[in-house]
Amino acid sequence: MKAESYPCPLPGGAAASEYALVFDAGRKHRVLIAPALFDEGHKLRRFTVEVMRRLDGSGIDSVLPDLPGCNESEQDLALIEPEDWRMALDAAARHFGATHVLAIRGGGLVLPEKLGGWHYAPVKGASLLRTMLRARILSAREAGREESVDALMEQGLQMGLELAGFSLSGEMLRQLNTLVPGKKVGITALEHELVGGGALWLRAEPDEDAEQADALAAVIAVGIGA
Amino acid sequence: MDTTDQKLRAILSDVLGLKPGQADSFTAETGLFGDLPELDSMAVAGLLTEMEDRLDIVIDEDEIDGELFESYGSLLAFARSKLDAA
Repeated sequence: MKAESYPCPLPGGAAASEYALVFDAGRKHRVLIAPALFDEGHKLRRFTVEVMRRLDGSGIDSVLPDLPGCNESEQDLALIEPEDWRMALDAAARHFGATHVLAIRGGGLVLPEKLGGWHYAPVKGASLLRTMLRARILSAREAGREESVDALMEQGLQMGLELAGFSLSGEMLRQLNTLVPGKKVGITALEHELVGGGALWLRAEPDEDAEQADALAAVIAVGIGA
Repeated sequence: MDTTDQKLRAILSDVLGLKPGQADSFTAETGLFGDLPELDSMAVAGLLTEMEDRLDIVIDEDEIDGELFESYGSLLAFARSKLDAA
């Protein structure tokens, strides 16, 4: 496992260098990971890397790129739209010569154009957004302030909104609310039940689960036929 | 234990990272929010969204108050009332 970078296109035509975690031994099969988004990205990162470790053991290379505005990225998330993430994943796919994609949760809402592969535990953008709006309303209430979903969205669509520590632009909120996991040719949806165990993105305290990582990596390795 | 009860225990198991069967010991009096410091606002929000998905209900933010999470019994009663109303 090593840290690398890839040239990531930015809105307005500029480019940035973004970080990527890779298992790269120049092998034939190379899986691009489209990571889970927002809070789920943090909760599932360790699980994601554990899946990559197992793919490595099965003779499969993999790359986990940072999306602009996320993780180690120096870009301002408040200037980013979902389409920028799709372009970032396209760029990472080209740079690393990916042969397949494995999208995790919300990562499947911004799938790169040309790769076939898998989407683990698909989720609607509106569900991710609703959970973050709720978390904000609940913590505001604990602090003695009343907020509502409708008022927050109205304000957010015009001026952007901070949710669960993430600064989201009006355009990000608008698109996120409408993005649904597509029935894309070549992409197989993998419901969480196939992997089994408790859903790690729901866990109040981030955790990992070796059996779940084994199960997901096995599905990918068998699917690739490595 | 009916289906709603089972589904709710399964969701709480996911959120709290309980082992299979561990949530079977929950009774109506088992305390939730106040007794479980790991249930922060993000965890509670995720729990509510998951309840909507798995129980096929819609929860309005106005319906969420501290009493809802006081005990397992109060959360289950709320889920059942939503299903009856649906």
